[in-house]
Amino acid sequence: MLFNIVTIAFFASMVAFIIYLATRSEVVALIGNVGAWVGFVASTAAMGLRWYESYHIPGGYGRIPLTNLYESIVFFAWSIILIYLIVDIKYKQRAIGAFIVPFAFMGMIWAQLGLDKSIEPLVPALQSNWLTYHVITCFLGYGAFAVACGVSIMYLIKIGPEERSKGTPLTGLLGMFPPSRVLDDINYKSIMIGFPLLTLGIITGAAWANYAWGTYWSWDPKETWSLIVWFVYAAFLHARFTRGWVGRRAAWLSIIGFAATIFCYLGVNLLLSGLHSYGS
Amino acid sequence: MNDNQQNPIDAIWDFFCSLKLSITTLILLATTSIIGTVIEQGSTPEAMAQKHGWNLGLMQFLDKSIDAFNMYHSWWFIGLLGLFAVNLICCSIKRLPRVWYTVKNPVLVPEEKMLQAFSNSEELTVKGDESAIKEKVNAFLTSHFAAATVTEKDGKTYYYAEKGAWSRFGVYVTHLSILIIFIGALMGSFWGYKGYVSIPEGSETDRVYRRDKQAEAPLGFTVRCESFSVSYYEGTRRPREFKSVLTVSENGQVVIKDRKVIVNEPLTYNGIVFYQSSYNPIGDPSFGLQVKERASGQVIDLRVPFGATRPLPGGGSVRVENYGDNGMIVRLGVTGTDGQRRIVDIYDPSTNISDERRGGEYIFTHTGFFQRYATGLQVAKDPGVEVVWLGCFLMVIGTMVAFFMSHRRIWVVLTPGSKGMNLRIAGNANRNQPGFEIGFDELKKAFKNEMSS
Repeated sequence: MLFNIVTIAFFASMVAFIIYLATRSEVVALIGNVGAWVGFVASTAAMGLRWYESYHIPGGYGRIPLTNLYESIVFFAWSIILIYLIVDIKYKQRAIGAFIVPFAFMGMIWAQLGLDKSIEPLVPALQSNWLTYHVITCFLGYGAFAVACGVSIMYLIKIGPEERSKGTPLTGLLGMFPPSRVLDDINYKSIMIGFPLLTLGIITGAAWANYAWGTYWSWDPKETWSLIVWFVYAAFLHARFTRGWVGRRAAWLSIIGFAATIFCYLGVNLLLSGLHSYGS
Repeated sequence: MNDNQQNPIDAIWDFFCSLKLSITTLILLATTSIIGTVIEQGSTPEAMAQKHGWNLGLMQFLDKSIDAFNMYHSWWFIGLLGLFAVNLICCSIKRLPRVWYTVKNPVLVPEEKMLQAFSNSEELTVKGDESAIKEKVNAFLTSHFAAATVTEKDGKTYYYAEKGAWSRFGVYVTHLSILIIFIGALMGSFWGYKGYVSIPEGSETDRVYRRDKQAEAPLGFTVRCESFSVSYYEGTRRPREFKSVLTVSENGQVVIKDRKVIVNEPLTYNGIVFYQSSYNPIGDPSFGLQVKERASGQVIDLRVPFGATRPLPGGGSVRVENYGDNGMIVRLGVTGTDGQRRIVDIYDPSTNISDERRGGEYIFTHTGFFQRYATGLQVAKDPGVEVVWLGCFLMVIGTMVAFFMSHRRIWVVLTPGSKGMNLRIAGNANRNQPGFEIGFDELKKAFKNEMSS
């Protein structure tokens, strides 16, 4: 199945990027990059095919493939790679792939091995166009936060040795990392992309809730956690303007923000009770 | 004045304006919000302690001390949101006039120091007629960037052009949008309510149960439930649609007739919105049965109430014993001509399960399920909701402008020199310098080409 090709492509890409860090071979980096592209295209095709299939299952009336945990994970992985490829085109820093593609790969392997793949028709509560806008904006935002988290981890690994070396370029594995200044910049830029998307995601969610239940905000755990994520990144963005909050602290805030994002996405459903149940 | 000996009013003002307060408040809001997602809101200490095996004493303490079971409406959480709002207002009051001044009074004649501070600059010398060069510079800026303001001072000529000056307000639009959302939420909590009505099919109501007052209140008009139905995805028991058909009348006049209300498609009248949310069966259902006697081929149609018995041709009888899945399955007690009683299950025709193959003396077909329902509707009145949407709209616009647009400024300074006219071009953006640099490099090249030609 096409989704397996996606998983394999992401795996190949991840391995290639890790080998690249060790070998400095530009060819291997190119393989990693091509792997990410192949996975992205295959994932797009696979989601398109699944959408098409949803019209042909018995009792199916067609719906966008964004309505259960399996589909959302696949879309999450797709979003991470999309944002990564955009960053890659802009910054051409191959090494960051080694810290971003694994997120997409882990998502896909979990989806393929552990989740229910069946296509079920939509329950009445999910039959709304708001579903599409809400899910797409949220997950593109999550994808951007994943990229920010990946480069923040790289930043924290690199910054110590870089400071100790006092200006002489680092050699070895860390020498392959982009300069910490660039990592910090990518972190900030990714969150700049993610934050408006998350804002839109929360707003479209509120609009949908108002349309379906008559209340745009009910402090449901999922809503509250999305707001917590929003608060963390709002703090991050404001912290940029004060001195002493770039660099390490910004990287930590970005990682905390992504941890909160993952909790908002998965933890709330698995550990807390509420309105978002991924149809299960 | 010494900074350490600020007067108290200034100190308080600076505290409320400070970015440190913003960041602290945001982090406090984020961390305290977690409490209410772990402790089920609207629950009780006893229920939570029992459900999760948590310490009852701790639960009771959290309830009394921080109102943990209704924390998003507690004084301290509302207070934190209030502090957040005050901080937003103070920040904006402090910084907005400065930004306004920058936008309204651009630096038309930059000082030498300022020009030198820009990393984006270029110098060149051109020969030729002074007025022709001036004309060229003006035309260049207009066609490649924006129309320039020209100032002559001390024998030098200064050109100033800008783009996106208003983007400096993006941040303040975002801040204002949050305050607007707060105002909308307050309007909703003062003048709105949430409620519930249950209307049996064929009857009407002019009252609603209000959750805030925990009592019934008049609607000011009448809502009638014409019908309620559930439909399923073909061949499955997955509900596809819950549908009420409602009619609204005011002062005896029908104002909305037979409006379909389904989940995600509410009905609005006089600012009061009705949402399909639940349903209840009322009384016992009855069942449509078609019975064919195998021997004679005779067919009769019956309508049998739940629990009732009807005679069949040839001397047998049928009784509806039970049913399930909203009438999709019906269990019949069939007494044959031999006096033997058998249990027969029949299914809704959409399942394609026929009774034909059972081989009994009567063949039953399920032709209908007649159940009277009461539709359950959530009722909401929220006069603040449009204000909230306005705030949301401004927030989207504001964040987009704040993050993706910048105030870009270009200066060109003409200084007559011995070898010709000295031209200096410099530029600056208040945000996204690297992006601006790329554009400025192109501009520089084009400037050199056109001026030298």
